[in-house]
Amino acid sequence: MKKISTPYLLLIPGMGFLFTFFLLPLINLAQTSTQTPVGGGDTGQYEQTLRFANYIDAFVENKEQFGRSFLYATIATILALAIAYPLAYAIAFKGGKYKNIMLVLVVAPFFTSFLLRTIAWKQILGEEGFVVPTLRTFGIISESTTLTSSAFAVVAGMTYNFLPFMTLPLYASIDRIDPRTLEASGDLYANGFTTFRKVTLPLSMPGVVAGTLLTFIPAAGDYVNAAILGSPQTKMLGNVIESRYFKIVDYPTAAVLSFTLMAAILILVTVYVRKAGTEELV
Amino acid sequence: MKQISRWFQRNLIRVYAVFAFTYLFIPVAYTFAFSFNDSGKSNLVWKGFTLSNWQNPCGAPEVCTALGNSIKIGFLATLFSTILGTMIAFALGRHKFKGRSTTNLLIFLPMATPEIVLGASLLSLFLVFQINPGFWPTVIAHVLFCMSFVVVTVKARIASLDPRLEQAAMDLYANERETFRRVTLPLVAPGIAAAALLAFSLSFDDFIITNFNSGTMTTFPKFVYTSAARGIPAQANVIGSAMFFLALAIVIIGQFVGRKRKVS
Amino acid sequence: MSDIAKSARGDLKLSNITKSYGDFTAVNDLSLVIPEGSFFALLGPSGCGKTTTLRMIAGLEEPTKGTISLGATDITDTKPYQRPINTVFQNYALFPHLTIFENIAFGLRRRGIKDVDDAVNKALDLVELPHLAQRKPTQLSGGQQQRIALARAIVNRPALLLLDEPLGALDLKLRRQMQIELKWIQREVGITFVHVTHDQEEAMTMADTIAVMNEGQIEQMGSPADLYDNPETAFVANFLGQSNLIKGTVTGNDGANQIVDLFGQKISLQKDRSHGVDSSIYAGIRPEKFRISRLETQTHGNILTGGKVEDVSYIGVSTQYQVLMPWGQELMVFEQNDDGVAPFSVGEPVNISWEPIFTFGLRGDEDAEAGTEVNPDEDLDEE
Repeated sequence: MKKISTPYLLLIPGMGFLFTFFLLPLINLAQTSTQTPVGGGDTGQYEQTLRFANYIDAFVENKEQFGRSFLYATIATILALAIAYPLAYAIAFKGGKYKNIMLVLVVAPFFTSFLLRTIAWKQILGEEGFVVPTLRTFGIISESTTLTSSAFAVVAGMTYNFLPFMTLPLYASIDRIDPRTLEASGDLYANGFTTFRKVTLPLSMPGVVAGTLLTFIPAAGDYVNAAILGSPQTKMLGNVIESRYFKIVDYPTAAVLSFTLMAAILILVTVYVRKAGTEELV
Repeated sequence: MKQISRWFQRNLIRVYAVFAFTYLFIPVAYTFAFSFNDSGKSNLVWKGFTLSNWQNPCGAPEVCTALGNSIKIGFLATLFSTILGTMIAFALGRHKFKGRSTTNLLIFLPMATPEIVLGASLLSLFLVFQINPGFWPTVIAHVLFCMSFVVVTVKARIASLDPRLEQAAMDLYANERETFRRVTLPLVAPGIAAAALLAFSLSFDDFIITNFNSGTMTTFPKFVYTSAARGIPAQANVIGSAMFFLALAIVIIGQFVGRKRKVS
Repeated sequence: MSDIAKSARGDLKLSNITKSYGDFTAVNDLSLVIPEGSFFALLGPSGCGKTTTLRMIAGLEEPTKGTISLGATDITDTKPYQRPINTVFQNYALFPHLTIFENIAFGLRRRGIKDVDDAVNKALDLVELPHLAQRKPTQLSGGQQQRIALARAIVNRPALLLLDEPLGALDLKLRRQMQIELKWIQREVGITFVHVTHDQEEAMTMADTIAVMNEGQIEQMGSPADLYDNPETAFVANFLGQSNLIKGTVTGNDGANQIVDLFGQKISLQKDRSHGVDSSIYAGIRPEKFRISRLETQTHGNILTGGKVEDVSYIGVSTQYQVLMPWGQELMVFEQNDDGVAPFSVGEPVNISWEPIFTFGLRGDEDAEAGTEVNPDEDLDEE
């Protein structure tokens, strides 16, 4: 009963847009990544030389930032998981009629500009804030340690900013668990911790996978947290890419790094999803 | 003592939730508090309470220009991404066709791509065609990354639509066009509205992709970033807080309306 | 074409209808005539193709082969909205975003009728829910939604009203009440009703004619009494009510009857109630037709001796016995508790007897278990 031509008519505008502004740029990026500067030309002038060695150069030069991006992203993802899981659990099982309000409250901080929030953290954790002097008074940290301009602050910022991305999928998955399966587990001699390990956690895996992906992917490419809360020692790959576009003009390197970042993420994601064994996320 | 420890055991997770929510709101509260700071140009240290920032939110230079740009871009990006995305969602959700899984994958990819790659690649493309970054390149960029979210949201809504409702409509003499107009569209509308809202908030809050494609044009997030070094004017705090309350209000009202529809 | 289709009236005729999905055939060369103005039931277990057949009549599915005609008009290639046929869906499918009034008025408005108030109010009165006109479907109970779904279909005065297991989601008492109401409404309004169900009691209560379907084909069609008293296949015998099927051989004739040997005991079977094709046969008797008696009691008619009571179940109205016969088969006996006789106990030796006219005969190559595995809680969505 449905005409065959209709889906294609509906798809053409949107997919055409995607093709032009997503695929084409990526192809262009790939194409840029193998270019080299024109000898004797102005900055910003490149020619296509199919120099695949660009990839090796860029990787060697920036392997520190590469490693750091993935390290920070992993730590932030793990921390976010640790913080969000109990929260999602609390909302799903103890929320009662306030569930929806609580969900709104999880997402609400998002409505304040993400930059304002990050800068707020910078000021709260900075010299003029109240956290550092308090910790110093109690002797928890020494006079010379600062919380901002540090890896700690960057990871903390990332963890904070991506919390809603972690919490919502977790909640969706945990909420689906029939509480009677937990009761059954108790009936069959499992204590609280064992029930969590053997019943709750496995049943919530789809949410864990979705949440960790939605957190890790943007985190790996992030540079704002590093820029605001970090220092030159905490530069991530994103910072390098940004500077190669705007400060030191070096498009091929920027292209290489972007591509490598994307490829690395795609590979990690594919391996991860296959290992965790879940169905479609979309 | 035993009473207290037992109470803790049972309510540990609730206590945790309270702490977690507090943690979530700390920077928001801070931003809100400092919007009342009598700060002058640099809003780093508390100087005194004042309402002047709220009374004159456009007082700091460029704040309102940036805000205006963000709103304009947000509106346009929402409009286009919602229309294009909804069309794709219908194609995917209601029709079987060759290349369906490829299309699904293609829609998913922008969501899985780091923003920096999206922004940078678009910038590269614009440079090749010698288009200068600015207002319209930014709109295009925003439509790009919002579209996937719209598709996912609307597609979910379409999937939850009982196909028998459309069959009932045809059984009751409505042809395909009338069925769409009178049954399908009204029932999918809330999903489209949610998608539009999502698109707007993603667009408004976007920084990374915007940064690459906006050139000299400022948006609100960009404004905050660039003025971070010398201290953000308190007016930015005002706008941030205002957006927060506005969005909160919209969502809460939306919840009420939804609830009223079910229980009358 | 569509105008002619819309005004078609008459008997519904399905000719050699087949519906296949890839390798799977849901409906297999089915032919059927549904007389105008009758209450017709399509009865069968989940997956037998009855809902698919109904949807083809409605136009929601296209037959792979065959034609459908209403009176003199061929409607096989018409769309659902071109047919004067309306459906009451299994889950009611009321439009959640419209009021009850607008739900009922929907079909009228699509047909271009401007003044709908009168017809809608009459329909609401018919189902006795005039006060719900301005509510929304989610505010109604299951039973109310079902009645509104019915009103929404009937208000259009279709040539045919299709009901797809409409009572499935209702509780027992409400279901019984609705069965009676639907029968009454059908007589009032005079429209042809085609009712699809897996509940044989429901079909027998409501329908004038029943077609029993199994695996895409019609096993037998007739009035409830015909199907019950004289089933032609093991499936029908077991699906409608319960049957005792005993394997035997036709050994001779006695006027209008056949003599059948059942494991050494002889009984008589009327020739016109025997559907066997050769000497191998299944003798069928309904449990309530059996009489169970002590060895010393005098009995008449067909008699089987050597039984031993294996199980006794008291059900208030009746007592049900399982009696083990010498050849190893357990027979079911339903005795109505209407004579104050003390029930039989487990282990008692008994005789079983019945009036010969109640025996029916099935082909010897039938599967005696066909139609016995019926799960009433099967997935409601059979396509």
